[in-house]
Amino acid sequence: MNKYTERLFNGIIKENPTFVLMLGMCPTLAVTTSAINGLGMGLSTTVVLVFANLLISIFRKKIPDGVRIPAFIVIVASLVTIVEFLMKAYFQALSDSLGVYIPLIVVNCIILGRAESYASKNGPVESMFDGIGMGLGFTLGLTCIGIIREVLGNGSFFDMPILTDLGFTPIATFARAPGAFLVLAFLVAGMNIVRKKMDEKGKPLAKPSGCITGDCANCTSKCADEKK
Amino acid sequence: MSELFHVSSAPHVRAKTSTQNVMLWVIIAMLPTACFGIWNFGFRALLLIVATVLSCVASETVYNLIAKKKNTIGDLSAVVTGMILALNFPVTLPIWEAVIGGIVAIIVVKMLFGGLGQNFMNPALGARCFLLIAFTSDMSNFVTDAYSTATPLAELKATNGIIAPWNKYQLTDMFIGTTPGTIGETSVLFLLIGAAILVAAKVISLRIPLAYLGSFAVLMFFFGKRGMTIPEIAATGVDFGTLFTQASTYTLAQLMCGGIMFGAFFMATDYATTPITKKGQILFGICCGVLTFLFRTIGGTPEGVSYAIILSNLMVPLIEKITVPRAFGVVKVKKEGK
Repeated sequence: MNKYTERLFNGIIKENPTFVLMLGMCPTLAVTTSAINGLGMGLSTTVVLVFANLLISIFRKKIPDGVRIPAFIVIVASLVTIVEFLMKAYFQALSDSLGVYIPLIVVNCIILGRAESYASKNGPVESMFDGIGMGLGFTLGLTCIGIIREVLGNGSFFDMPILTDLGFTPIATFARAPGAFLVLAFLVAGMNIVRKKMDEKGKPLAKPSGCITGDCANCTSKCADEKK
Repeated sequence: MSELFHVSSAPHVRAKTSTQNVMLWVIIAMLPTACFGIWNFGFRALLLIVATVLSCVASETVYNLIAKKKNTIGDLSAVVTGMILALNFPVTLPIWEAVIGGIVAIIVVKMLFGGLGQNFMNPALGARCFLLIAFTSDMSNFVTDAYSTATPLAELKATNGIIAPWNKYQLTDMFIGTTPGTIGETSVLFLLIGAAILVAAKVISLRIPLAYLGSFAVLMFFFGKRGMTIPEIAATGVDFGTLFTQASTYTLAQLMCGGIMFGAFFMATDYATTPITKKGQILFGICCGVLTFLFRTIGGTPEGVSYAIILSNLMVPLIEKITVPRAFGVVKVKKEGK
């Protein structure tokens, strides 16, 4: 496994932002009322994440350490604005249903987290692949939650009615806020069972390695590995 | 010194009370109101109760099998949860929705938090609120004699609290229970018989129910829609006697309609989700009373008992924290002056 596929695997499975790192909970809980919303939110975040990681990695040696967070925000905000305008132009309906959560990608903690802990320390190509992996992991998480909530809460799958014809009354709780928490909790619990099983077998999926928080001052062991 | 003494640590004297015993008493106490519900609403009520109880017991068995734990259905608490939940349903609820309610109650609210005694929220009420959000129209589809009608509580809200002779439901109907509503909540008479059984068997103390109903009644009497202190009513120039009669009739009606009686005696007295200190229990009851008052008067829906009780359930750790009794023999330490 070379380092690019390792980055993809890392983002989608090992350090999945939704189920393992628990980052970006705000859009995760708020917009996953349907599968298409989850997918749309995930993909737009992915686009921003990939280009943000690329640009930040390119400029990582030029950005002074003291003002790096504002500099990251400027880059991310420009990208988000582009994505927002593109979505308004070409995906009007999706843009309407995601609403304020598109501009809020600017402060999405996955993007700042990856910029801080990965892109500002690694080369552009690796950073881009890190962005793709993390973005796809986020998309996967959101789409899973969205599908479950849509099927149970609305009786449809990607807007195709599949259960309502069978005389099934949708369980509306799943389309509302409590459903988001319930579904996320069950999926994380499921993921933890899988991880525990893998851990017992000694498979590499075990625990997220590397720097999660970017908090190097209070990090004892893991950052030492990264710095070498 | 040839005799061998068996020495063990305290306790040496044990009561015969067991979880199973307590739960059995609760089931017995619920039977009068359940039987009345079946008589009042027909055979389908029995079907719903059986389905919900079976769903609860089956969920607990399956969960214990999956988690490889000892099966705990023998303590009868799943049966109690199922019965309370079913008595909270309108008789028209589809059976499969009732079954989902049982699954949510046992698996999500009770077992995932560690089973009986570990749950922080009353399982039956948690599931009821889940269903209330999930199937709002099915859960509030109240029927008598095959006609969909408003419950006395909804009527009370719609008429702004006036109990007039031309109203459909009078206080006596509410007391006996021949009104629409959920299966178990309508009959105050049979609920009181059940409560008397619970108190006589020393399963519950009256602290929580009395604090609950008392605080609720006082608030309704003074500040309810027809309360003593409402300026709009005082401005109409009625004399004190009329005002007093109005307010007390209104308070009585509020106490006898909806789920407050059922809630106060059977749901707010659940051991696992209420405080263990005496002061805490009174505080908990008042908390339920105040919240129910607020939900019924200001809230958008007529009923608020279940939300009031589960919100109070969530406050139990805080209530217990501030009502920890002083340990025997410990002198209160004075706070050092600054």
